[in-house]
This record gives sequence, structure tokens and C-alpha cells, in this order.
Amino acid sequence: MALAAKFRTCPDTGLKVHSQAEALIKANAVLGIIFLAVGGLFGLLVALTRWPAVHLLPDELFYLILTGHGANVLLFWIIFFEIAVLYFASAVLLNCRLAMPKIAWLGFLLMVVGAITANVSVLQGESTVMFTSYPPLKAQPHFYLGLILFAVGALVGCFIFFATLVIAKQEKTYEGSVPLVTFGAITAAIIAVFTIASGAVILIPTWLWSMGLIANVDPVLYKVVWWAMGHSSQQINVSAHVAIWYLIAALLLGAKPLSEKVSRFAFLLYILFLQLASAHHLLVEPGISSEWKIFNTSYAMYLAVLGSMIHGLSIPGAVEAAQRRRGFTNGTFEWLRKAPWGNPAFAGMFLSLVLFGFLGGITGVVLGTEQINLIMHNTLYVPGHFHATVVAGTTLAFMAVTYLVVPLIFRRQIILPGLAKWQPYLFGIGVAGISLFMMGAGTLGVPRRHWDITFTDAAIAVDMPGTAFLMMGLNGLFALLAATGGLLYILIVVGSVLFGEKRTEAVAKANPVIFDASTVKSYGSEEHPKLSGTYVLVAIFFVAFVLYYYVNWKFLSEVWPLS
Amino acid sequence: MAGKSKEQGGDENVPFMQQLLDNPFILLFLGVASPTLLYIVWGVIEVAQIPIAQ
Repeated sequence: MALAAKFRTCPDTGLKVHSQAEALIKANAVLGIIFLAVGGLFGLLVALTRWPAVHLLPDELFYLILTGHGANVLLFWIIFFEIAVLYFASAVLLNCRLAMPKIAWLGFLLMVVGAITANVSVLQGESTVMFTSYPPLKAQPHFYLGLILFAVGALVGCFIFFATLVIAKQEKTYEGSVPLVTFGAITAAIIAVFTIASGAVILIPTWLWSMGLIANVDPVLYKVVWWAMGHSSQQINVSAHVAIWYLIAALLLGAKPLSEKVSRFAFLLYILFLQLASAHHLLVEPGISSEWKIFNTSYAMYLAVLGSMIHGLSIPGAVEAAQRRRGFTNGTFEWLRKAPWGNPAFAGMFLSLVLFGFLGGITGVVLGTEQINLIMHNTLYVPGHFHATVVAGTTLAFMAVTYLVVPLIFRRQIILPGLAKWQPYLFGIGVAGISLFMMGAGTLGVPRRHWDITFTDAAIAVDMPGTAFLMMGLNGLFALLAATGGLLYILIVVGSVLFGEKRTEAVAKANPVIFDASTVKSYGSEEHPKLSGTYVLVAIFFVAFVLYYYVNWKFLSEVWPLS
Repeated sequence: MAGKSKEQGGDENVPFMQQLLDNPFILLFLGVASPTLLYIVWGVIEVAQIPIAQ
């Protein structure tokens, strides 16, 4: 290899950290946060426009900003941060050098150029095609080119990750199986390869079409292949944030999975089936058979949901077992009451877990059921669902782990620790409200991606119930709360990186941020755990799941009476 | 560094499932092949069978 491998030993974790890996983790995390700031601002503008009493933006600007919001938060923020996670889970957790750092930097550069190009194209106003960019809507060629460059750069990052796994195995920097967190990152990288390849397959011809080099892109074919990228990109997130849940639980509490084998099997279910959930976006598409729709959603997707439910039992179970080992054994819930709720990394992780499961998971199954999908397809329910998965789930988990990344990788103390304690709650509660009220409005028929829910001057008048307007107003209020939490996160993280006290060995010894690093590096399950509290939580989840599923079937029977 | 626990057993007797889970490239193949066949190829065949409007 060209660059000499330089390492430092982390005084907090004892891990060997390759300097190039560390620099790339920092660079990707910083760029991710910049695009989160841009995309988050756009999101606030969208929410304030959807708030009927405010209705901030004019129509054309609303659609432009909505396009930018989707690209910046669903692609750029998330994937930059995920590349940082991949490099951490390979080079750092496996104690080895990062493969081909110069190529990794080239990939990073491609992602930066691609993301900026796509943003410029959107802001120029000629590429207002929404995140999905369905033909015959046509953007400027550099919009597609930007997305393609970004995707190629991310693909390079995935291959660097796989090459680093090979180096670690060849140089025997670990024995036996890779740690569970690395296995979760492998899952994310595999889904990323499929996602990015699908994006290339459909965006390259669309780019050629935008330049007039090919005559036509079939809209239905585009939708099928595009969603293999558009939805699967969110499945990279799921795998990555589940890996981060295990990471945070292990670092802060020494929590071991209830069963390594079962948790790995749950990730295998993701590898095999999670991407197939893309089909739920095509459940009302004419011309595609019910066999294809039902197999990909109601059969295959349920296997991926089984994976999520295994993680949903395993992670709180691991936390409970670790807390009970630490002496919190009274009653059913002392372990939960006395969990480190003042630590933003833990609070963010646990909120992310609960909100993802209750709001994102249950509604995902409802959306993936062909029959009940009919009552909310293409309504505001869909963004409500994915704000629960991608924002309350992924973004909140990524925010939580940042409170460990800053001291451990950037070697800085977190500034404003009092505010940092509140940040995950502000953001989490804000996003939970956004998600709930958008889903409520969607259930009442409010369409997604529409500037004017009153449909003024429409040929056929639409009369939305007053409750729908109330929901949109509440959505705006909770968006303000989430934006406050998001702004606080950016202030704290950027401020800590720039102005935080340097975390020297002495500072690290006086201010420990982790409990135990050995668990996260090793293979092994919790032995003989007592999990009464987790079983109660899981029972509550199942009751909520069954009731909500039933309510939607009942609702369907009422909106479509059969006699 | 990941130590071997009793759960993993010796190298000479690694169960099939663990060999599968320990090989990221077989997993990569499965993770790309499964959705490519079940979602994309099958989906494209469905779209290709839609009659062209006269």
C-alpha cells in the first residue's frame, strides 16, 4: 500500500485507530452534518408551508424546496454518515488499516461534487422533480449527473469497506467472527451495493434522456427500478442504525446481545428480504400483478419485519440484562428507570428504538399490506411513516452516536452538556409529533406533495375535514420543536469540534464517556438473562401492533362498504 | 480483538450457518441476487408484458 499506516491507541477504548480511517470518518461525518443542516432547514420551510395558517412559500418555491429537502436528508446526510459508520466498523473495530485510503478520498470527493452539483441544479429552479424524479418530469442533466457521481462515490466507499474486511482477515487483526456491530455494517454495505447499482441502472438512461440522447424512459419501468434505489436506500439506514443501537448499548452499559446467533440471523433476514419492501410504493400500480406485489410486500417483507422484531427484543433485552448485572434488580422496571437518561447518546438511542418500532415499524407493515395500503397510498401518511423510520429512527440514532464520536474520534469534549442532555428529547418528541400528525392527516385523505390541501379552483371540489387542518397545524408546531432540537444538535456538535476542550489522556481519565469497550469488540451472548421488563415492553408493542392493524382493516371496510 | 467464545467452536467444526455468516462476499452475492431476481427482474418482466396501447 502507498501510505504508511499510522495508528494511535484510543485512551478511552484501547482501540488502534488508523489515522487515514480517522480522517475519513471525520470528513464524512462533517459533510453529513452540513447536508443535514441544509436539508433540515428546507424541511422546516416545507412544514411551515403545509401549516395552513402560515402557508409560507409560494407554490413553485415549495416544490423546489421539497425536492432539495428530500435529496439532502434522504441521500446526502444519511449516506455521508453511513460511510463514516462503515469505516469505523471496519478499520477501527477490527483494529486494522483502512484499505486504499487514496481511493477512499477519491470516493469522498465524488460524493461531495455530486451532492453540490445536485443542490446547485435544484436551486437553479429547473430541476423541481421531487426526490423521486418520475419521468416525464425532466430535470436538468446535471441534477442526474450529480446523483450519479454521488452514488459512484458511495459505491467506492462500500468497496473500501469490503477491502478493509479482507485486510483485517489477512492480517489476522481479529479472530473468529467479526463483532456484531461490524456484521450490521456489512448488512448495510450489502444493501448499499444493491441500492446504488439499481440507481445507476435507472439514473444513467434518465440522464441520457435529459440530454436528448435517448427518446423515452418508460415511466412504469422507471418506477420499478427507481424504487429499488429510493426505498432500499432507507434500508441501508435501518441496518446502520440497528448496528448503532447495539454499539451504543455495548459502549455505555457493556450490553451483550441476548444471542449473537439470533441477532446475526436477523441481519441475514435483512440481507435477503429487506430491499423487497420497495414494492409497497407500487401497490396501486396498474399493469403489475398482485402476485409480484403480495410476494414482495406481504410475504418477503414480513421476514424482514421478523428481523426487526428480533432486534426490537434483543436490544432492550441486552440493556435490561446489563443493567441488572450492574445491580438494578428491583421490580420489573428499575433497570429502565435508572438507565442513563441524562446521557444524550443513551437517550437518543432508546428514543430512536422506541419511535422506530412503534411509529415506523407498525405503520410500515400497514403500508405494506396491499388491501389497507389503499386507504393511505400517496397520502401524507407515507411521509409520516418514513419520518418515523428515517428521522426518528436513523437520524436520531446517528445524532446519539455523535455524542460518542466527538469525544472518541474528534478528541473533543462536548460543549454545553446541560443542553446536550435535552437535545434528543426535543428532537425525538418533535419528530414523533411530525410523524403522528402527518399520518393522521394522511388517514383523513390529505395528499402528499401538495402545496394546497384545499385544492382551490380544482374542477372537482375537495372538502377536507377540519381535523385535517388541525393535524397540519400541529405538524407545523412539532416541526418547530424538531427544528429546535436539530439546530441545537448542530450547534453542540460543530461547537464541540471547533471549540470543545481537547480530550487529552488526563481529560479522558477524568471524564469517561464509555463504560466498557471490550463488549463491542468481542463475540458472545448474554448468559441466563432475566428479562421481565423487556417482555412487558414487547407485549405492549404486540398489543399496539394488533390493535392498529385491526383498526385499519375496520377503517377499510367502512370507506369501501361491501353489500 | 474478537476472542473466540465457546459458542463458536473450533475451526475444524464450524457449522454451515456460521461459515455463511462469516463470509461477507457470499452474503454480498445473496443480498444482491435476491432482490435483483425477486423484485427487479420479476418486476421488469411484469412491465414488459403490459400490451402497448394501440
